[in-house]
Amino acid sequence: MTQETVEKVVIFFAGDSGDGIQLTGSQFTNTAALYGNDLSTFPDFPAEIRAPQGTLAGVSGFQISFGSTEIFTPGDECDVLVVMNVAALKANLKRLKKGGAIILNTDGFDKRNLRLAGFADDENPLTDNSLADYRVSEMNVTKLTRECLVDVTLGVKEKDRCKNMFVLGFVYWMYNRSLEHTIDFLKQKFKNKPDVLEANTRVLKAGYNFANTCEISSSRFEVKPAKMASGTYRNIMGNQATAMGLIAASQQSGLDLFYGSYPITPASDILHELAKHKNFGVRSFQAEDEIAAISASIGASFGGALGVTATSGPGVALKGEAIGLAFMLELPLVIVNVQRGGPSTGLPTKTEQADLLQAMYGRNGEAPVPIISASTPSDCFEATLEACRIAIEHMTPVFFLSDGYIANGAEPWLFPQSKDLQSIKVPMTKKENTDYLPYKRDDKLVREWAIPGMSGFEHRVGGLEKENLTGNVSYDSSNHELMVKTRAEKVERIADFIPNQKLDAGSEKAKVLVLAWGSTYGAIKTAVKELLAEGYSVAHAHLRYINPFPKNLESLIRAYDKVLIPEINNGQLIKLIRDKYVIDAIPMNKIQGIPFEAREIKNRIIELHDGE
Amino acid sequence: MENKVYTAKDFSSDQEVRWCPGCGDYSILKQVQSVMPEINVPKEDIVFISGIGCSSRFPYYMETFGMHSIHGRATAIASGLKAARPDLSVWIITGDGDSLSIGGNHLIHLLRRNFDTNVLLFNNQIYGLTKGQYSPTSEKGKKTKSTPMGSIDHPFNPLALCMGADATFIARTMDRDPKHMREMLMRSNSHKGTSLLEIYQNCNVFNDGAFFSMTDKATKMNQTLFLEHEQPLVFGENKDKGIRLDGFKPIIVSLEDCSIDDLWVHDEKDRVKAGLLTRFFDADFPRPFGVFYSEDRPTYEDALVQQIDNAIEQKGQGNLDDLLKGSNTWTID
Repeated sequence: MTQETVEKVVIFFAGDSGDGIQLTGSQFTNTAALYGNDLSTFPDFPAEIRAPQGTLAGVSGFQISFGSTEIFTPGDECDVLVVMNVAALKANLKRLKKGGAIILNTDGFDKRNLRLAGFADDENPLTDNSLADYRVSEMNVTKLTRECLVDVTLGVKEKDRCKNMFVLGFVYWMYNRSLEHTIDFLKQKFKNKPDVLEANTRVLKAGYNFANTCEISSSRFEVKPAKMASGTYRNIMGNQATAMGLIAASQQSGLDLFYGSYPITPASDILHELAKHKNFGVRSFQAEDEIAAISASIGASFGGALGVTATSGPGVALKGEAIGLAFMLELPLVIVNVQRGGPSTGLPTKTEQADLLQAMYGRNGEAPVPIISASTPSDCFEATLEACRIAIEHMTPVFFLSDGYIANGAEPWLFPQSKDLQSIKVPMTKKENTDYLPYKRDDKLVREWAIPGMSGFEHRVGGLEKENLTGNVSYDSSNHELMVKTRAEKVERIADFIPNQKLDAGSEKAKVLVLAWGSTYGAIKTAVKELLAEGYSVAHAHLRYINPFPKNLESLIRAYDKVLIPEINNGQLIKLIRDKYVIDAIPMNKIQGIPFEAREIKNRIIELHDGE
Repeated sequence: MENKVYTAKDFSSDQEVRWCPGCGDYSILKQVQSVMPEINVPKEDIVFISGIGCSSRFPYYMETFGMHSIHGRATAIASGLKAARPDLSVWIITGDGDSLSIGGNHLIHLLRRNFDTNVLLFNNQIYGLTKGQYSPTSEKGKKTKSTPMGSIDHPFNPLALCMGADATFIARTMDRDPKHMREMLMRSNSHKGTSLLEIYQNCNVFNDGAFFSMTDKATKMNQTLFLEHEQPLVFGENKDKGIRLDGFKPIIVSLEDCSIDDLWVHDEKDRVKAGLLTRFFDADFPRPFGVFYSEDRPTYEDALVQQIDNAIEQKGQGNLDDLLKGSNTWTID
């Protein structure tokens, strides 16, 4: 038995989609967080709720990277692969680094499982020496779980459902983690089912003790807390942070939050989270469809609330007409798009950044909408709050772009205090205003807001073109041109009220700039950090504001010889950058429904740097 | 605070009304404007929301808050408005194409949720604004620009559809009977929950006379049946005909052969009988007008506010710092 101290570990849990893999992963995550490790996670699950058991299509996975060092991604290669069956092994062995550890459930390698995973009759990775490059810990998890529960009065199916706890206990032992947090969690989860609580707790401990006594794993690892900025942290997932950002915006503006949504992967968790917080006055509304969801939100905004709707790409497609209406009405509205693989239904549970041009252009007529994007799970909080600020202060619909990767990923968060949050000024007209005109504007070109209930301010708005100032219907041709240009200018002027673009790393005199947006942040950050340490001349700028761009963006990017734009799409930001600045930026695209690995980015930067 | 006394004129906006001369919409606008002063709601608390179509220009002509929105979505917009602002009096103006075709989905969901709103469904059985195509309420065989060989669509029976969606109030009136319309508007207003008032409205350009058999003096009395709560179903030129129920089968009887005491007595609270009345939809039976059905059922917005109140009672007013902190934290020095 050896005890090793390691700086960083990547574990991948994989099993059948009914095996409780996501729960296992999230429990390990929370425990790692409480130990003070920095971390990043990546759940990877199939689109089907229960794909056929034992098949490759049914494999659910959860990757976590944690360490005593700064972590920006869930990691490229895994150190440990935990598999509940042979399909999980087959699907994920490519993720494991040579010499890595495999913890496997031998019960998931029987004839039936081998056949389902597509192995020939005489093939079995347990016996054919194909795992010789790895350190394999074998155990019959099903048998051990059942034995441990022999005197518990639960059905076999229910007992078998505790299998994941055995594995979790085993891994907790390997990494010197206490079971306390998970036991507390189980107590909460099964407070009304004492026998299920007892079974899960017992199996969790059994897994831990099994690892301790059987010496099946030859080493135990210590991962010390990370050296992070001092302060109090919590663990946060992207969708959760988005929901909190919305609640914070409601508090900071004094407007009630109305949230209209239709369930869709991977945005639904925002609705679930918000529905839990009705004591913040949150009016969550599960509409009959995407169109109703946004329409109801527009109605709420018309009534003086902060209307928000969230969805994923296909939902945005349906909301398009209503976004145009909100744009014409010039009312605050936030449209959250948690992007996933497209087009059409595409890859519902996989991540992609392919809706940027949809956000930018996906409407009839000329209807520019501000676009704000989040780069990490915790960043969803501030970015959402900022999207709401712009929507309210500039009286406009705003797109907030997240994606499946950061929405479901988790990381430690040095959460803010409410007193440190920016306030949001609502451009409500004054009661004593005697010459209110619905479309009279201030120097930001923002109109004043009057809502039902304000006596003397009765007015009508609508989707038809409006006469300047009065808002009355107007088909006058020169008025239309004036209004189209005014509305566009209003959105452009938002650039005066957002911060200048900063570099995330590197200097203004570097050779290569990596310019990006959204969830590619972690992989780029890791790559650039390593390259800087190795002496490369590289810099990284990550955009939060995509429409309008920060005012200094052009001068910033013009200073570099080479601008690399990595995106999880076929090249969308790069189109905007080339169009706006006529700069020959270099694309880097991955369209596989999975995030970039840091090493992919690193290799590409080196190629560019060393002169391609 | 003293309530301001309004007149119909106070509800007339400065916008020129631009429907075709002779359009049935004028009559509806006039009645709505004249009813508004009587509903005892401050003008600033009244909102008219419409979709798209001739009728949907209506909010522009009302001196209240209003929104002319997008095709078929007025019901959904009004739902959000009412959820956010239960204090407002919300009126939805829609046509047969707007609410039964493109907005059919939202209409049925508004009704089942029972938001306290008033839907005025202008039914002229034609698409007016898009210049004369058949609508979902046009009769089978209807020849229009888009159906030169006659429509092969089976038409919607709007009130039967609404009963199917568990509406809590349904009624029907017509543009050419201002007195009855006025009464129905008042009833719609006083109903707590979604009230759906179907208004037969003549499009004199693309579908002139669609309802003339029910409005012309010569035929009116035999073609219409005016419903009154707890009154027997009597109709005909000399009030000489009635409806009798044989089990659940309605039968037209002559009062010469049948006593008035044997007739079906209208009961607005009877869901099953209201359903039967909505099926009086072909030439054999007179077309009913009036309140078919009225039921007290909690509204969506009241239940929503109740949930918020309960949540506050149980957990206390939301505290942002507690929310941000969550339940598991750790500190790094």
